[in-house]
Amino acid sequence: MDIVWYLVLSALIFCIGAVGVLTRRSPLVVLICLELMLNAGNLALVAFARMTGTADGQIFALIVMIVAAAEVVIGLGVIVAMYRSRLPMDVDAMSELKR
Amino acid sequence: MEAVVFWFAAVLAVAGAIGVVLQRNPFYSVLALVVHLLALAVLFLLLRAEFLAAAQVIVYAGAVMVLYVFVVAYVGGLEAPLTEERPALRVLAVVFSGALLAELSVAIVGSGLKALDTHGADLEAGFGSPSQIGELFLTKFLIAFELVSLLLLIAAVGAIVLAGREREPEVKR
Repeated sequence: MDIVWYLVLSALIFCIGAVGVLTRRSPLVVLICLELMLNAGNLALVAFARMTGTADGQIFALIVMIVAAAEVVIGLGVIVAMYRSRLPMDVDAMSELKR
Repeated sequence: MEAVVFWFAAVLAVAGAIGVVLQRNPFYSVLALVVHLLALAVLFLLLRAEFLAAAQVIVYAGAVMVLYVFVVAYVGGLEAPLTEERPALRVLAVVFSGALLAELSVAIVGSGLKALDTHGADLEAGFGSPSQIGELFLTKFLIAFELVSLLLLIAAVGAIVLAGREREPEVKR
């Protein structure tokens, strides 16, 4: 398959993830949709690595995966802390910084 | 053959992504994400990234998703509504994302990269193998490797601080 198909697929997955981040309100689902967007970036990086024939892009993708793992750990920690302090599970209701 | 595998994995990946966004129950969203990640691992294999595909299945679809399932089970299956309250915002989000997709596609196709319409460069043996990735990590990308390990340590400490149970103050005798 030509490289361009992989890139278009990655753009499509990125946009689906963006729809999820913008429309869903549960912080858990927003985190999962962020995962989608990061994975779309990964797919593009690996496709470019295949295109140039050097493995540098794969290293980038691996580092993105590690950063995503760190993001998940912190995000889930925040969600558990929210649940403990009985805050509403709704990203629109968490607006204290606006005031 | 390659095209058949590509389209199968691509359709599965897009279906998983749409499932993530449209499921009401966060638990099913996580399961759809697992399908999506497995399909991406197949695509990584097609792109000759063996090590990355293995890491994707074991670390991502295995460990990270188990973490998600644990938190969903802990917080409880909240049947979150799909933002029925403000449909205008939802339409706006879809329009925005459609515009983003069109823009990205135009940027990709119009980038003028000559290799885009090929299968990619000729590869030497061992491309994407664990030995090559490991060698690059310890030579060319050593600083990134060390920084990322530090980041993981900070994230682990942060998670314990955020989610750890409050300790009772020790009673002085």
